[in-house]
Amino acid sequence: MITEEVVDLSRLQFALTAMYHFLFVPLTIGLAFMLAIMESVYVMTGKQIYKDMTKFWGKLFGINFALGVTTGLTMEFQFGTNWSYYSHYVGDVFGAALAIEGLMAFFLESTFVGLFFFGWDRLSKVKHLMVTWLVALGSNFSALWILVANGWMQHPVGAEFNYETMRMEMTSFMDLVMNPVAQVKFVHTVSAGYVTAAIFVLSISAYFMLRGRDLAFARRSFAIASAFGLAASLSVILLGDESGYELGDVQKTKLAAIEAEWETHPAPASFTLFGIPNSETMTTDYAIKIPYALGLIATRSTTEEVKGIKDLIDEHEIRIRNGMKAYELLQTLRSGQTDAFTRAEFDRYKQDLGYGLLLKRYTEKVIDATDVQIQQAARDTIPPVGPLFWAFRIMVAAGFWMLLLFAVCFYYTAKRTAWQKPWLLKAALFTLPVPWIASEAGWFVAEFGRQPWAVGEILPTFTAVSVLTANQILSSLILFLVFYTVLAIIEIYLMQRFIRIGPSSLHTGRYHFEQAGATSSSTRVRA
Amino acid sequence: MIFDYETLKLAWWILIGVLLIGFAITDGFDMGACALLPLVAKTDDERRVVINTMAPHWDGNQVWFITAGGALFAAWPLVYAAAFSGLYWAMMLVLFALFMRPVGFDYRSKMDDPRWRNAWDWALVVGGAVPALVFGIAFGNLLQGVPFQYDELLRPSYHGSFFSLLNPFALLCGIISLTMLALHGATWIQMRTQDKVEERARSLAKRLAVLLMATFAIAGIWLAWSIEGYMIISLPEKGGAANPLLKEAIKASGAWLHNYAVQPATLIAPILAFVGAIAAGIFSHVRYTGLSFISSATAVTGVILTAGFSMFPFVMPSSLIPSHSLTLWDAASSAGTLMVMTWAAIIFVPIILGYTFWCYRAMWQKIGVRFIKENPHSLY
Repeated sequence: MITEEVVDLSRLQFALTAMYHFLFVPLTIGLAFMLAIMESVYVMTGKQIYKDMTKFWGKLFGINFALGVTTGLTMEFQFGTNWSYYSHYVGDVFGAALAIEGLMAFFLESTFVGLFFFGWDRLSKVKHLMVTWLVALGSNFSALWILVANGWMQHPVGAEFNYETMRMEMTSFMDLVMNPVAQVKFVHTVSAGYVTAAIFVLSISAYFMLRGRDLAFARRSFAIASAFGLAASLSVILLGDESGYELGDVQKTKLAAIEAEWETHPAPASFTLFGIPNSETMTTDYAIKIPYALGLIATRSTTEEVKGIKDLIDEHEIRIRNGMKAYELLQTLRSGQTDAFTRAEFDRYKQDLGYGLLLKRYTEKVIDATDVQIQQAARDTIPPVGPLFWAFRIMVAAGFWMLLLFAVCFYYTAKRTAWQKPWLLKAALFTLPVPWIASEAGWFVAEFGRQPWAVGEILPTFTAVSVLTANQILSSLILFLVFYTVLAIIEIYLMQRFIRIGPSSLHTGRYHFEQAGATSSSTRVRA
Repeated sequence: MIFDYETLKLAWWILIGVLLIGFAITDGFDMGACALLPLVAKTDDERRVVINTMAPHWDGNQVWFITAGGALFAAWPLVYAAAFSGLYWAMMLVLFALFMRPVGFDYRSKMDDPRWRNAWDWALVVGGAVPALVFGIAFGNLLQGVPFQYDELLRPSYHGSFFSLLNPFALLCGIISLTMLALHGATWIQMRTQDKVEERARSLAKRLAVLLMATFAIAGIWLAWSIEGYMIISLPEKGGAANPLLKEAIKASGAWLHNYAVQPATLIAPILAFVGAIAAGIFSHVRYTGLSFISSATAVTGVILTAGFSMFPFVMPSSLIPSHSLTLWDAASSAGTLMVMTWAAIIFVPIILGYTFWCYRAMWQKIGVRFIKENPHSLY
């Protein structure tokens, strides 16, 4: 029996495991690329220090990568274990994207990553460089396919419902891949990965410089990170996935919620920089607004209007009523009465079938829903405004802060004075957690903002879960918490340990702790 | 190249089989080798010898498993949904055990402390042995049918407990699966290591080959004598829409042997299993280590094919309502998706096989304790 409790626990478990997974993914995507750049410089210039850089940052990459792989397994299992109706209902489309991700991306990334670590002495310089680039390519491909899958959940294109099989079926693979929401998400997400890696390298290099050791190593890393990070953060912001918000009803609703846009205002809409959204009164208190900005950002025009929440609710109520008709017709079809008229009627209403399924939360039969239940379901189509409003602003503020930091670091690096500015190095060091805050806030906006849908306008989250008991999910959730906490402690311990030792962990004899006079127990560490 | 829907459905039964066998041959040897770790390697250096034969490859191997899962999701969404949610705790057990592998491989050598390394050794043993055992148990349950059913909107629900999965026949299948992957791991270690480790792996390989033959034979007799199979009574068009509620199926004793009677050529599967196991033992004895590894891979292939051929066209029979069983004809995704997936497989599988061979060749060498001592910092 599906209860609210089962749904909430399933969501909590998915959110926890997905967001935990995404602590490791952006760094993998970005750092793989930076390793490939560093190694390219090594191969072109022949300077040993760039090889050492590739190896040291590669060591940290490895510690991070192991947990990315570990927690990625959960994602593969979880659609089936906890979202079995989702898996049935959209596997025809969503599963295909995941399977191609495996064939095209995971194999590439994972087969060559072993050679990246262990192939230094067994491959020629150029072959090893090729291996590193293939790892970077593989991790970026995997982002492409998972975002094709996710983009489809936000804006399902290229698929149609089939009443005989009770599921969505792919009608156009090209539409699925070329989904504009997926494309903007891909660019935005991989750029965010590059920013994450750039901050990681920048901030740890700043730490070495503040400690006054391994300066040649740290300066070169810092320089690469500030240049790469500047380009990447510009790309994240300019190609932010706002451009995807005009597409599809769910994206429009999400935009209205992010902006706490209660009413539809005449175009071009203003952007609420700050305010306190109030869901009860459907107003935003203490709002500070920038005229025209939202209309420009969201619609890229001054004439198109951005639809407000109240109007969206009214539209959705109509679609829910149509959805009830669709559901009734579906039952007729499934009972075997499949004459041309019934099929034509069903085709007329089936784009609203998902809205009808929203009523499953209140009445199993759907078609007997009362007006109150319908209105309640219509209000459910708006995700909670406050958390989205704030998460979005946290993400954007973090993004601009990092852009500023990269710009300043790049400027002083170009002037060759960055390493004489302790305030800048400290700012870089303390920015270390910021890209993770931005990424997690971004995912929260994307996925929490998709609610109440698992797949926009198609399948409500409530309907998508597996038939399990609350206790089963609670137990597995607790086990995930225990395992993930232990893994996090081990990972952070190893990370900080190797960061403290720095490039001396490569045992080349060229770095700080291995130089004469350096006394540290750290040199005993084997790597 | 356009295939009709019926052909595509059959093709994906074969392709899922190929991916499962690919998984068992590649990831299978490293799971088996990890399960044998404390038996073949006594000192830290010896354990590093074993681990470093797999170090460059375990992650690529694991993708066979991940891709088999993804392909199941894409090609047989009904099976993916019903099996993963129905066998919830079995899946969680596999998942938590698999967690041990990436961190076990990668973190073990990061510190010298013997307690740290010992702990990760055991993590690797669990990460190798538990999934091998549970996969077998899962197949044992598939052969007996799983208590699940559908409602009118095709939502699957499971009506058994985790402990009912641990019945004697399923446990025997678990032991077969563990033995077969351990044998495969032993022939791998024997092929890629030297000295004491190689000798221990050799003696284990010989014993495991005998154990595999014995358990496989017992399971065969058991299956023939007292496990009820399933049989389709009436089936709508094979090339029709995938809806598992339209056919009629029943339980029938001896039904799992039916295919072998109709198509005697399928007997090649159990024959391969026996011949592979015998050959793995003999080649180990005469120290033809490469042939011994190929033989254990053959045995693995034979065992998996035997399960597939016995159940054909069933994939996941329902013991609760046999007519709700999932078969390759009614659990598949749409013709369009199968077509896309077929193209993806045609394009990518040869490329994957190509670069996988290249990687193995690049890293190929026999590893001994001396190699570990000469490279203290660049290995696992």
